[in-house]
Amino acid sequence: MARVIVMGGGVSGHTAATFAKKWLGKDHEVVVVTPNARWNWIPSNIWVGVGEMTKDDVTFELAPVYHKAGIDYRQAKALGIHPEGGSTHGDKPYIVIEYTGQGKEGQKEELTYDYLINATGPKLNFAATPGLGDANGLGEFTVSVCTADHAEHANHELQKVFEKAKHSKQTVLIGTGHGMCTCQGAAFEYIFNVEHEAKKAGVRDNLDIKWISNESFLGDFGIGGLHMKRGGYAASSRLFAESLFSERGVNWTIGAAVTQVEKGKAHYEQLDGTTGVIDFDFAMLIPPFAGVGLKAIAKDGTDITDQMFAPNGFMKVDANYAAGAYENWKASDWPKTYQSTIADNVFAVGIAFAPPHPISKPMKSPSGRDIFPTPPRTGMPSGIIGKTVAHSICDKILKGKNAPLHEASMAHMGAACVASAGKGLTNGTAAALTVYPVVPDFETYPGLGRDLNYTFGEIGLAGHWIKHILHHMFLYKAKLNPGWTLIPE
Amino acid sequence: MKEIEKRIKPYDANFTTMVPTTFVKAMRTCVLWQIIRFIVINIKMLVVVRKSH
Repeated sequence: MARVIVMGGGVSGHTAATFAKKWLGKDHEVVVVTPNARWNWIPSNIWVGVGEMTKDDVTFELAPVYHKAGIDYRQAKALGIHPEGGSTHGDKPYIVIEYTGQGKEGQKEELTYDYLINATGPKLNFAATPGLGDANGLGEFTVSVCTADHAEHANHELQKVFEKAKHSKQTVLIGTGHGMCTCQGAAFEYIFNVEHEAKKAGVRDNLDIKWISNESFLGDFGIGGLHMKRGGYAASSRLFAESLFSERGVNWTIGAAVTQVEKGKAHYEQLDGTTGVIDFDFAMLIPPFAGVGLKAIAKDGTDITDQMFAPNGFMKVDANYAAGAYENWKASDWPKTYQSTIADNVFAVGIAFAPPHPISKPMKSPSGRDIFPTPPRTGMPSGIIGKTVAHSICDKILKGKNAPLHEASMAHMGAACVASAGKGLTNGTAAALTVYPVVPDFETYPGLGRDLNYTFGEIGLAGHWIKHILHHMFLYKAKLNPGWTLIPE
Repeated sequence: MKEIEKRIKPYDANFTTMVPTTFVKAMRTCVLWQIIRFIVINIKMLVVVRKSH
């Protein structure tokens, strides 16, 4: 009997674990180690953040789902990986976990594995910007929508500002809280939901809504922007984004790194060296991401964390980390199998793998501060990568260790994204986008880097309906209800 | 459209952007047209999803 351990139960980890168990059956063991008791459909946190949904609408208990699937669920956080074995386990590799629930809080345990999937996702690194967050992560002066709890807190604070806006002018600031953030798309969606809700609440005229982000142009989204066919032209996402901001009366500050946050003030520096302060009454600023801080230890007790992980804490996999300057980047730099560089039976999926380099062009301010988006690895690509790695591992267990690994490069993969504004079925609108491939391939698609036949976007009710359907469909799938395997990632 | 135009000031950042006309805005919420777009977008998304697996 082989044991597969999946560290992390987010989109990628949950997908990997559930498909691995389905394909391996009862003859092999699948263990999920995650500190969370509930699964969260993160895209709908935006609706929680404006009070259109509750935490219960976007989360569910993991234990009954894993019990139904026959998956061994440990509510615990992973602390370290011992890929060469050691302790009392001989040559058998193992991980060290610390329970966060199930009545064993604080207890440590060693779990041996045959195959390990690192799907630990990001650490929300609020501490990277002074004042952006405090120890409990909810934000000292600013809020976030990165988790369902954060989103509930964000809505609580937003409603206070809406109440004040009935009597006086208020300023709302939304965007990224550091020079090297990702997830601009989440902030983009949130700002237009806030704008929509302000109109509904009758306080839009008293609300000055401002955007701040580390993108060098609006519509970069951490993927270097995109082009789509519109009116006989290949139009840049910059036109698309600027049009939406103008239409909704939202002012923008871009190419900006938030350097410090105080009560009601966000200090920033821009790519041209300009510094400034934006006063706000409510701010939702996305924190930068880092790895969760896993340690890797060799059999003799040597710390090999720097061999297994990149300096930012994400796991090094089969990517080209020596590509160098932007001009040298190629689509082929991106990983295909997600196998660890030092252990054949360890893989990293979703946000946990270290990308070879950003997708957007790196830029610095005159003072040397890095100001550019880091690459997104969430949603559809995350699910596809999780399923692909599960497939590779299952083949190795069922067909033999020489079975070839399956591939899912982000340079050969598309993504669909729907950013809503509002939640009503007839009065909301959404921007529906697809991009193919996620990582631009300038050798295959010279100039624009993407296939215009499969990269498109439009605004309307239709996208809004799709957003609703995706919400219910992915929660249905994640709960492993009948036919769940038929729903694509 | 007039409401959007009122917010635009010459040589501000929003002066050089495209803004939707009344017709474009109406089509975004026209249920009949959006049913058609719903079908089209779904097909396009399914093609991208299929190409990505």
